[in-house]
Amino acid sequence: MPGSYIPSEYLPVFITLVLGTCFAVGALVLGELLRPRRPYAEKLSIYESGNIPVGEPRTRFDVRFYVIGMLFVVFDVEAVFLYPWAVAFGNIGLLGFWSMIFFLAIILVGYLYDWKKGALE
Amino acid sequence: MELLVTIAKTVLYVAAVFGVTLLHVAYATYFERKVIGRMQGRIGPVEVGFRGLLQPFADMVKSLFKEDIIPAAADRTLFFLAPVIVVASVMTSLAVIPFFNNGAIANLNVGVLFIFAMASLAVYGIIVAGWSSNSKYSFFGSIRSAAQVISYEIAMGISLAGVFLMAGSVNLNDIVLAQREQPLGMFAVLQIVGFVVFVISAFAETNRTPFDLPEAETELVAGYLTEYSGFRYALFFLAEYISMYIMAALIALCYLGGWALPGFVTRALPFLEQVPGIIWFLIKVYAFMFFYFWVRATLPRYRFDQLMAIGWKILIPVSVVNIVITAFVKRWLM
Repeated sequence: MPGSYIPSEYLPVFITLVLGTCFAVGALVLGELLRPRRPYAEKLSIYESGNIPVGEPRTRFDVRFYVIGMLFVVFDVEAVFLYPWAVAFGNIGLLGFWSMIFFLAIILVGYLYDWKKGALE
Repeated sequence: MELLVTIAKTVLYVAAVFGVTLLHVAYATYFERKVIGRMQGRIGPVEVGFRGLLQPFADMVKSLFKEDIIPAAADRTLFFLAPVIVVASVMTSLAVIPFFNNGAIANLNVGVLFIFAMASLAVYGIIVAGWSSNSKYSFFGSIRSAAQVISYEIAMGISLAGVFLMAGSVNLNDIVLAQREQPLGMFAVLQIVGFVVFVISAFAETNRTPFDLPEAETELVAGYLTEYSGFRYALFFLAEYISMYIMAALIALCYLGGWALPGFVTRALPFLEQVPGIIWFLIKVYAFMFFYFWVRATLPRYRFDQLMAIGWKILIPVSVVNIVITAFVKRWLM
Protein backbone atom coordinates (compact mmCIF):
# COMPACT_ATOMS: atom_id res chain seq x y z
CA MET A 1 0.00 0.00 0.00
CA PRO A 2 1.56 3.33 -0.94
CA GLY A 3 2.20 5.63 1.98
CA SER A 4 2.45 2.87 4.56
CA TYR A 5 5.53 1.16 3.22
CA ILE A 6 8.02 0.19 5.92
CA PRO A 7 11.41 -0.68 4.47
CA SER A 8 11.84 -3.72 6.70
CA GLU A 9 14.88 -4.91 4.74
CA TYR A 10 16.67 -1.82 5.94
CA LEU A 11 15.98 -2.39 9.62
CA PRO A 12 19.03 -4.67 9.98
CA VAL A 13 21.11 -2.06 8.17
CA PHE A 14 19.95 0.57 10.63
CA ILE A 15 20.77 -1.73 13.56
CA THR A 16 24.24 -2.31 12.10
CA LEU A 17 24.77 1.43 11.77
CA VAL A 18 23.69 2.04 15.38
CA LEU A 19 25.88 -0.75 16.75
CA GLY A 20 28.84 0.38 14.64
CA THR A 21 28.52 3.92 15.98
CA CYS A 22 28.15 2.60 19.54
CA PHE A 23 31.30 0.55 19.07
CA ALA A 24 33.34 3.52 17.91
CA VAL A 25 32.02 5.90 20.59
CA GLY A 26 32.29 3.21 23.26
CA ALA A 27 35.89 2.43 22.40
CA LEU A 28 36.79 6.12 22.61
CA VAL A 29 35.00 6.57 25.94
CA LEU A 30 36.65 3.44 27.37
CA GLY A 31 40.02 4.75 26.25
CA GLU A 32 39.21 8.09 27.90
CA LEU A 33 38.79 6.33 31.26
CA LEU A 34 42.00 4.30 30.97
CA ARG A 35 44.60 6.59 29.54
CA PRO A 36 46.74 9.24 31.20
CA ARG A 37 46.27 12.91 30.39
CA ARG A 38 49.22 15.24 30.93
CA PRO A 39 49.03 17.98 28.33
CA TYR A 40 51.38 20.93 28.03
CA ALA A 41 51.67 23.62 25.41
CA GLU A 42 54.36 22.06 23.22
CA LYS A 43 52.57 18.75 23.14
CA LEU A 44 49.32 20.37 22.09
CA SER A 45 50.78 22.39 19.25
CA ILE A 46 50.28 21.00 15.77
CA TYR A 47 53.04 19.04 14.13
CA GLU A 48 55.24 20.76 11.61
CA SER A 49 58.48 18.79 11.60
CA GLY A 50 59.48 20.18 14.98
CA ASN A 51 59.30 23.84 13.98
CA ILE A 52 56.88 26.33 15.40
CA PRO A 53 53.91 26.23 12.97
CA VAL A 54 53.99 28.98 10.38
CA GLY A 55 50.94 30.61 8.82
CA GLU A 56 47.40 29.46 8.46
CA PRO A 57 47.11 25.68 7.88
CA ARG A 58 43.87 25.88 5.90
CA THR A 59 45.63 27.43 2.95
CA ARG A 60 44.43 27.63 -0.62
CA PHE A 61 44.76 24.45 -2.58
CA ASP A 62 44.85 23.64 -6.24
CA VAL A 63 41.65 24.36 -8.18
CA ARG A 64 42.12 21.07 -10.05
CA PHE A 65 40.79 19.24 -7.00
CA TYR A 66 37.43 20.98 -7.62
CA VAL A 67 37.52 19.91 -11.27
CA ILE A 68 38.14 16.32 -10.15
CA GLY A 69 35.19 16.66 -7.80
CA MET A 70 32.89 17.86 -10.58
CA LEU A 71 34.04 15.16 -12.99
CA PHE A 72 33.41 12.61 -10.26
CA VAL A 73 29.76 13.65 -10.05
CA VAL A 74 29.31 13.28 -13.83
CA PHE A 75 30.94 9.89 -14.06
CA ASP A 76 29.36 8.56 -10.90
CA VAL A 77 25.95 9.41 -12.34
CA GLU A 78 26.99 7.53 -15.46
CA ALA A 79 27.86 4.48 -13.34
CA VAL A 80 24.56 4.75 -11.50
CA PHE A 81 22.69 4.82 -14.84
CA LEU A 82 24.63 1.77 -15.98
CA TYR A 83 23.47 -0.38 -13.05
CA PRO A 84 19.72 -0.56 -13.72
CA TRP A 85 20.48 -0.92 -17.43
CA ALA A 86 22.80 -3.85 -16.71
CA VAL A 87 20.25 -5.51 -14.43
CA ALA A 88 17.34 -5.08 -16.84
CA PHE A 89 19.45 -5.92 -19.88
CA GLY A 90 17.46 -9.01 -20.87
CA ASN A 91 14.11 -7.17 -20.89
CA ILE A 92 14.73 -3.84 -22.56
CA GLY A 93 15.36 -4.98 -26.12
CA LEU A 94 17.26 -3.23 -28.87
CA LEU A 95 16.00 0.26 -28.05
CA GLY A 96 17.31 0.02 -24.49
CA PHE A 97 20.58 -1.39 -25.72
CA TRP A 98 21.25 1.38 -28.23
CA SER A 99 20.05 4.12 -25.85
CA MET A 100 22.84 3.24 -23.44
CA ILE A 101 25.44 3.01 -26.21
CA PHE A 102 24.30 6.45 -27.40
CA PHE A 103 24.48 7.80 -23.83
CA LEU A 104 28.02 6.43 -23.45
CA ALA A 105 28.95 8.07 -26.76
CA ILE A 106 27.74 11.45 -25.45
CA ILE A 107 29.76 10.96 -22.26
CA LEU A 108 32.74 10.00 -24.42
CA VAL A 109 32.61 13.34 -26.25
CA GLY A 110 32.66 15.19 -22.93
CA TYR A 111 35.43 12.97 -21.66
CA LEU A 112 37.63 13.62 -24.70
CA TYR A 113 36.96 17.36 -24.33
CA ASP A 114 38.04 17.23 -20.67
CA TRP A 115 41.16 15.33 -21.63
CA LYS A 116 42.03 17.81 -24.41
CA LYS A 117 41.44 20.77 -22.05
CA GLY A 118 43.83 19.19 -19.57
CA ALA A 119 41.25 18.69 -16.82
CA LEU A 120 42.58 15.21 -16.17
CA GLU A 121 46.16 16.32 -15.52
CA MET B 1 6.39 -8.26 20.05
CA GLU B 2 7.37 -10.08 16.90
CA LEU B 3 9.26 -7.01 15.82
CA LEU B 4 11.16 -6.99 19.12
CA VAL B 5 12.22 -10.61 18.63
CA THR B 6 13.42 -9.80 15.11
CA ILE B 7 15.35 -6.82 16.43
CA ALA B 8 16.91 -8.86 19.24
CA LYS B 9 17.97 -11.58 16.80
CA THR B 10 19.44 -9.04 14.42
CA VAL B 11 21.32 -7.31 17.23
CA LEU B 12 22.86 -10.64 18.27
CA TYR B 13 23.78 -11.50 14.70
CA VAL B 14 25.31 -8.08 14.09
CA ALA B 15 27.26 -8.30 17.34
CA ALA B 16 28.55 -11.74 16.34
CA VAL B 17 29.58 -10.49 12.89
CA PHE B 18 31.34 -7.48 14.43
CA GLY B 19 33.13 -9.64 16.98
CA VAL B 20 34.34 -12.15 14.41
CA THR B 21 35.36 -9.39 12.01
CA LEU B 22 37.35 -7.57 14.70
CA LEU B 23 39.13 -10.80 15.55
CA HIS B 24 39.96 -11.30 11.88
CA VAL B 25 41.16 -7.70 11.63
CA ALA B 26 43.40 -8.17 14.68
CA TYR B 27 45.00 -11.20 13.09
CA ALA B 28 45.21 -9.54 9.68
CA THR B 29 47.76 -7.16 11.21
CA TYR B 30 49.68 -10.14 12.58
CA PHE B 31 49.39 -11.95 9.22
CA GLU B 32 50.63 -8.85 7.40
CA ARG B 33 53.65 -8.42 9.66
CA LYS B 34 54.54 -12.10 9.36
CA VAL B 35 54.17 -12.16 5.57
CA ILE B 36 56.12 -8.96 5.00
CA GLY B 37 58.72 -10.03 7.55
CA ARG B 38 59.30 -13.31 5.75
CA MET B 39 59.44 -11.58 2.37
CA GLN B 40 62.11 -9.26 3.70
CA GLY B 41 64.12 -12.07 5.29
CA ARG B 42 62.91 -11.31 8.85
CA ILE B 43 60.67 -13.43 11.06
CA GLY B 44 58.07 -10.85 12.15
CA PRO B 45 56.62 -10.66 15.69
CA VAL B 46 57.65 -13.58 17.96
CA GLU B 47 57.88 -12.18 21.50
CA VAL B 48 54.30 -11.91 22.78
CA GLY B 49 52.74 -15.33 23.33
CA PHE B 50 53.47 -18.47 21.35
CA ARG B 51 55.11 -17.39 18.06
CA GLY B 52 53.89 -13.87 18.67
CA LEU B 53 50.23 -14.89 18.47
CA LEU B 54 49.20 -12.47 21.22
CA GLN B 55 50.82 -9.50 19.47
CA PRO B 56 47.52 -8.01 18.18
CA PHE B 57 46.11 -7.92 21.72
CA ALA B 58 49.29 -6.35 23.06
CA ASP B 59 48.95 -3.66 20.40
CA MET B 60 45.31 -3.09 21.28
CA VAL B 61 46.02 -2.72 25.00
CA LYS B 62 48.90 -0.40 24.23
CA SER B 63 46.79 1.91 22.08
CA LEU B 64 44.02 1.95 24.71
CA PHE B 65 46.45 3.14 27.40
CA LYS B 66 48.27 5.67 25.23
CA GLU B 67 47.72 9.32 25.94
CA ASP B 68 45.40 10.79 23.36
CA ILE B 69 46.56 14.25 22.33
CA ILE B 70 44.05 16.71 20.92
CA PRO B 71 45.92 19.67 19.45
CA ALA B 72 44.94 22.98 21.03
CA ALA B 73 44.13 24.41 17.60
CA ALA B 74 41.88 21.53 16.58
CA ASP B 75 38.11 21.65 16.33
CA ARG B 76 37.37 19.28 19.21
CA THR B 77 33.89 18.13 18.16
CA LEU B 78 34.86 17.33 14.60
CA PHE B 79 38.14 15.84 15.78
CA PHE B 80 36.14 13.42 17.92
CA LEU B 81 33.57 12.79 15.21
CA ALA B 82 35.94 11.94 12.32
CA PRO B 83 37.07 8.47 13.46
CA VAL B 84 33.50 7.66 14.50
CA ILE B 85 32.21 8.50 11.00
CA VAL B 86 34.89 6.42 9.33
CA VAL B 87 34.50 3.37 11.58
CA ALA B 88 30.69 3.44 11.64
CA SER B 89 30.36 3.72 7.86
CA VAL B 90 32.90 0.98 7.20
CA MET B 91 31.31 -1.34 9.74
CA THR B 92 27.84 -0.69 8.32
CA SER B 93 28.91 -1.96 4.91
CA LEU B 94 29.52 -5.35 6.57
CA ALA B 95 25.73 -5.61 6.77
CA VAL B 96 25.24 -6.55 3.11
CA ILE B 97 28.05 -9.09 2.67
CA PRO B 98 26.77 -12.66 2.39
CA PHE B 99 29.36 -14.81 4.18
CA PHE B 100 27.48 -17.94 3.05
CA ASN B 101 24.23 -18.58 1.19
CA ASN B 102 21.75 -15.94 2.47
CA GLY B 103 24.23 -15.17 5.26
CA ALA B 104 24.08 -11.39 4.95
CA ILE B 105 22.72 -9.34 7.85
CA ALA B 106 20.51 -7.56 5.32
CA ASN B 107 20.05 -9.19 1.93
CA LEU B 108 19.45 -5.93 0.06
CA ASN B 109 18.79 -6.06 -3.65
CA VAL B 110 21.13 -3.09 -4.06
CA GLY B 111 23.96 -4.67 -2.05
CA VAL B 112 26.90 -3.41 -4.06
CA LEU B 113 25.50 0.11 -4.37
CA PHE B 114 25.14 0.18 -0.59
CA ILE B 115 28.82 -0.67 -0.13
CA PHE B 116 29.76 2.14 -2.52
CA ALA B 117 27.53 4.56 -0.64
CA MET B 118 29.19 3.67 2.65
CA ALA B 119 32.66 3.97 1.09
CA SER B 120 31.71 7.49 -0.02
CA LEU B 121 30.54 8.34 3.50
CA ALA B 122 33.93 7.29 4.85
CA VAL B 123 35.47 9.98 2.63
CA TYR B 124 33.59 12.56 4.72
CA GLY B 125 35.32 11.15 7.78
CA ILE B 126 38.71 11.61 6.11
CA ILE B 127 37.93 15.19 5.07
CA VAL B 128 36.61 16.03 8.53
CA ALA B 129 39.74 14.51 10.08
CA GLY B 130 42.01 16.60 7.88
CA TRP B 131 40.03 19.79 8.41
CA SER B 132 39.57 19.52 12.16
CA SER B 133 43.23 18.74 12.86
CA ASN B 134 44.14 22.24 11.68
CA SER B 135 47.51 21.07 10.44
CA LYS B 136 48.96 21.50 6.96
CA TYR B 137 49.93 17.87 6.58
CA SER B 138 46.52 16.65 7.66
CA PHE B 139 44.73 19.10 5.40
CA PHE B 140 46.64 18.24 2.25
CA GLY B 141 46.59 14.56 3.12
CA SER B 142 42.83 14.59 3.41
CA ILE B 143 42.31 16.48 0.14
CA ARG B 144 44.57 14.10 -1.71
CA SER B 145 42.93 11.13 -0.12
CA ALA B 146 39.44 12.32 -1.05
CA ALA B 147 40.49 13.00 -4.66
CA GLN B 148 42.05 9.56 -4.89
CA VAL B 149 39.11 7.68 -3.41
CA ILE B 150 36.47 9.39 -5.55
CA SER B 151 38.54 8.96 -8.74
CA TYR B 152 38.98 5.25 -8.29
CA GLU B 153 35.43 4.74 -7.15
CA ILE B 154 34.29 5.53 -10.69
CA ALA B 155 36.55 2.97 -12.34
CA MET B 156 35.51 0.48 -9.71
CA GLY B 157 31.80 1.13 -10.17
CA ILE B 158 31.93 0.95 -13.96
CA SER B 159 34.02 -2.22 -14.00
CA LEU B 160 31.50 -3.88 -11.70
CA ALA B 161 28.69 -3.07 -14.13
CA GLY B 162 30.13 -5.84 -16.33
CA VAL B 163 29.44 -8.31 -13.53
CA PHE B 164 25.89 -6.97 -13.17
CA LEU B 165 25.36 -7.43 -16.89
CA MET B 166 26.47 -11.06 -16.66
CA ALA B 167 24.51 -11.79 -13.48
CA GLY B 168 21.45 -9.68 -14.24
CA SER B 169 21.33 -8.52 -10.62
CA VAL B 170 22.97 -6.16 -8.12
CA ASN B 171 22.20 -8.47 -5.20
CA LEU B 172 25.42 -10.07 -3.96
CA ASN B 173 23.71 -13.36 -3.22
CA ASP B 174 22.33 -13.61 -6.78
CA ILE B 175 25.70 -12.65 -8.26
CA VAL B 176 27.35 -15.57 -6.46
CA LEU B 177 24.67 -18.00 -7.60
CA ALA B 178 24.94 -16.76 -11.20
CA GLN B 179 28.61 -17.71 -11.29
CA ARG B 180 28.20 -21.43 -10.67
CA GLU B 181 27.89 -22.35 -14.34
CA GLN B 182 30.52 -19.89 -15.57
CA PRO B 183 33.95 -21.11 -16.74
CA LEU B 184 35.84 -22.17 -13.57
CA GLY B 185 32.80 -21.06 -11.58
CA MET B 186 33.90 -17.41 -11.51
CA PHE B 187 33.29 -14.21 -13.47
CA ALA B 188 37.02 -13.48 -13.29
CA VAL B 189 37.52 -15.55 -16.45
CA LEU B 190 35.12 -13.81 -18.85
CA GLN B 191 35.31 -10.49 -17.02
CA ILE B 192 39.10 -10.56 -16.74
CA VAL B 193 39.41 -6.91 -17.84
CA GLY B 194 36.87 -5.74 -15.29
CA PHE B 195 38.53 -7.93 -12.69
CA VAL B 196 41.96 -6.36 -13.22
CA VAL B 197 40.49 -2.83 -13.16
CA PHE B 198 38.58 -3.66 -9.98
CA VAL B 199 41.65 -5.09 -8.24
CA ILE B 200 43.76 -2.03 -9.05
CA SER B 201 40.96 0.27 -7.86
CA ALA B 202 40.58 -1.77 -4.69
CA PHE B 203 44.19 -1.00 -3.80
CA ALA B 204 43.56 2.71 -4.36
CA GLU B 205 40.23 2.71 -2.48
CA THR B 206 41.78 1.18 0.63
CA ASN B 207 44.88 3.42 0.42
CA ARG B 208 47.24 0.47 0.14
CA THR B 209 50.65 0.39 -1.50
CA PRO B 210 51.34 1.22 -4.34
CA PHE B 211 48.60 3.83 -3.91
CA ASP B 212 49.11 4.73 -0.24
CA LEU B 213 49.74 8.40 -1.02
CA PRO B 214 47.42 9.77 1.67
CA GLU B 215 49.81 8.25 4.17
CA ALA B 216 52.98 8.91 2.17
CA GLU B 217 55.23 9.39 5.18
CA THR B 218 58.11 10.77 3.11
CA GLU B 219 56.07 13.78 1.98
CA LEU B 220 53.04 14.22 4.20
CA VAL B 221 54.15 12.68 7.53
CA ALA B 222 51.01 10.58 8.04
CA GLY B 223 48.52 12.47 5.89
CA TYR B 224 45.17 13.06 7.53
CA LEU B 225 46.29 10.95 10.49
CA THR B 226 49.18 13.23 11.47
CA GLU B 227 47.53 14.73 14.55
CA TYR B 228 45.79 11.57 15.68
CA SER B 229 47.23 9.46 18.48
CA GLY B 230 46.21 6.74 20.89
CA PHE B 231 42.94 4.97 20.34
CA ARG B 232 41.61 7.48 17.81
CA TYR B 233 44.50 6.53 15.57
CA ALA B 234 43.75 2.87 16.24
CA LEU B 235 40.16 3.41 15.05
CA PHE B 236 41.34 4.77 11.69
CA PHE B 237 43.69 1.84 11.43
CA LEU B 238 40.86 -0.55 12.23
CA ALA B 239 38.64 1.05 9.60
CA GLU B 240 41.38 0.66 6.99
CA TYR B 241 41.69 -3.05 7.71
CA ILE B 242 37.94 -3.63 7.74
CA SER B 243 37.67 -1.90 4.37
CA MET B 244 40.46 -4.14 3.08
CA TYR B 245 38.36 -7.12 4.16
CA ILE B 246 35.30 -5.63 2.50
CA MET B 247 37.15 -5.14 -0.79
CA ALA B 248 38.55 -8.68 -0.56
CA ALA B 249 35.03 -9.95 0.14
CA LEU B 250 33.61 -8.00 -2.82
CA ILE B 251 36.26 -9.49 -5.10
CA ALA B 252 35.59 -12.98 -3.76
CA LEU B 253 31.83 -12.53 -4.21
CA CYS B 254 31.69 -10.73 -7.55
CA TYR B 255 34.62 -12.28 -9.40
CA LEU B 256 35.80 -15.44 -7.66
CA GLY B 257 32.53 -17.26 -7.05
CA GLY B 258 32.06 -16.34 -3.37
CA TRP B 259 30.95 -19.13 -1.05
CA ALA B 260 29.64 -21.30 -3.91
CA LEU B 261 31.56 -24.07 -5.62
CA PRO B 262 31.61 -24.25 -9.42
CA GLY B 263 28.90 -26.47 -10.89
CA PHE B 264 31.35 -28.94 -12.40
CA VAL B 265 33.14 -29.48 -9.08
CA THR B 266 29.97 -30.28 -7.12
CA ARG B 267 28.83 -32.64 -9.87
CA ALA B 268 32.15 -34.50 -9.84
CA LEU B 269 32.59 -34.49 -6.05
CA PRO B 270 29.12 -34.16 -4.50
CA PHE B 271 30.39 -34.62 -0.91
CA LEU B 272 32.02 -31.17 -1.11
CA GLU B 273 28.49 -29.70 -0.93
CA GLN B 274 28.54 -30.62 2.77
CA VAL B 275 31.41 -28.23 3.50
CA PRO B 276 30.01 -24.91 4.82
CA GLY B 277 30.24 -22.20 2.18
CA ILE B 278 31.91 -19.78 4.57
CA ILE B 279 35.08 -21.89 4.35
CA TRP B 280 35.39 -21.36 0.59
CA PHE B 281 34.57 -17.71 1.10
CA LEU B 282 37.29 -17.26 3.72
CA ILE B 283 39.88 -19.09 1.60
CA LYS B 284 39.22 -16.65 -1.25
CA VAL B 285 39.21 -13.61 1.05
CA TYR B 286 42.51 -14.61 2.65
CA ALA B 287 44.08 -15.37 -0.71
CA PHE B 288 43.32 -11.79 -1.65
CA MET B 289 44.54 -10.44 1.71
CA PHE B 290 47.82 -12.25 1.09
CA PHE B 291 47.95 -10.57 -2.31
CA TYR B 292 47.54 -7.16 -0.62
CA PHE B 293 50.57 -7.85 1.57
CA TRP B 294 52.59 -9.35 -1.25
CA VAL B 295 52.08 -6.22 -3.35
CA ARG B 296 52.96 -4.03 -0.39
CA ALA B 297 56.27 -5.86 0.05
CA THR B 298 57.03 -5.69 -3.67
CA LEU B 299 56.01 -2.39 -5.27
CA PRO B 300 57.17 1.18 -4.64
CA ARG B 301 54.72 4.07 -4.37
CA TYR B 302 53.33 6.05 -7.29
CA ARG B 303 53.48 9.81 -7.56
CA PHE B 304 50.20 11.65 -7.12
CA ASP B 305 49.90 12.82 -10.74
CA GLN B 306 50.71 9.29 -11.94
CA LEU B 307 48.00 7.98 -9.65
CA MET B 308 45.37 10.34 -11.04
CA ALA B 309 46.50 9.62 -14.61
CA ILE B 310 46.13 5.87 -14.12
CA GLY B 311 42.66 6.30 -12.71
CA TRP B 312 41.27 8.80 -15.22
CA LYS B 313 43.14 8.01 -18.42
CA ILE B 314 43.50 4.25 -18.28
CA LEU B 315 41.13 2.56 -15.86
CA ILE B 316 37.95 4.53 -16.69
CA PRO B 317 38.19 4.18 -20.51
CA VAL B 318 39.18 0.53 -20.20
CA SER B 319 36.24 -0.25 -17.94
CA VAL B 320 33.77 1.57 -20.24
CA VAL B 321 35.08 -0.35 -23.26
CA ASN B 322 34.76 -3.53 -21.24
CA ILE B 323 31.09 -2.75 -20.57
CA VAL B 324 30.35 -2.05 -24.23
CA ILE B 325 32.04 -5.25 -25.40
CA THR B 326 30.31 -7.29 -22.70
CA ALA B 327 26.96 -5.82 -23.74
CA PHE B 328 27.53 -6.55 -27.44
CA VAL B 329 28.63 -10.11 -26.72
CA LYS B 330 25.72 -10.70 -24.39
CA ARG B 331 23.21 -9.25 -26.87
CA TRP B 332 24.31 -11.13 -29.97
CA LEU B 333 26.54 -14.05 -29.06
CA MET B 334 25.07 -15.55 -25.89
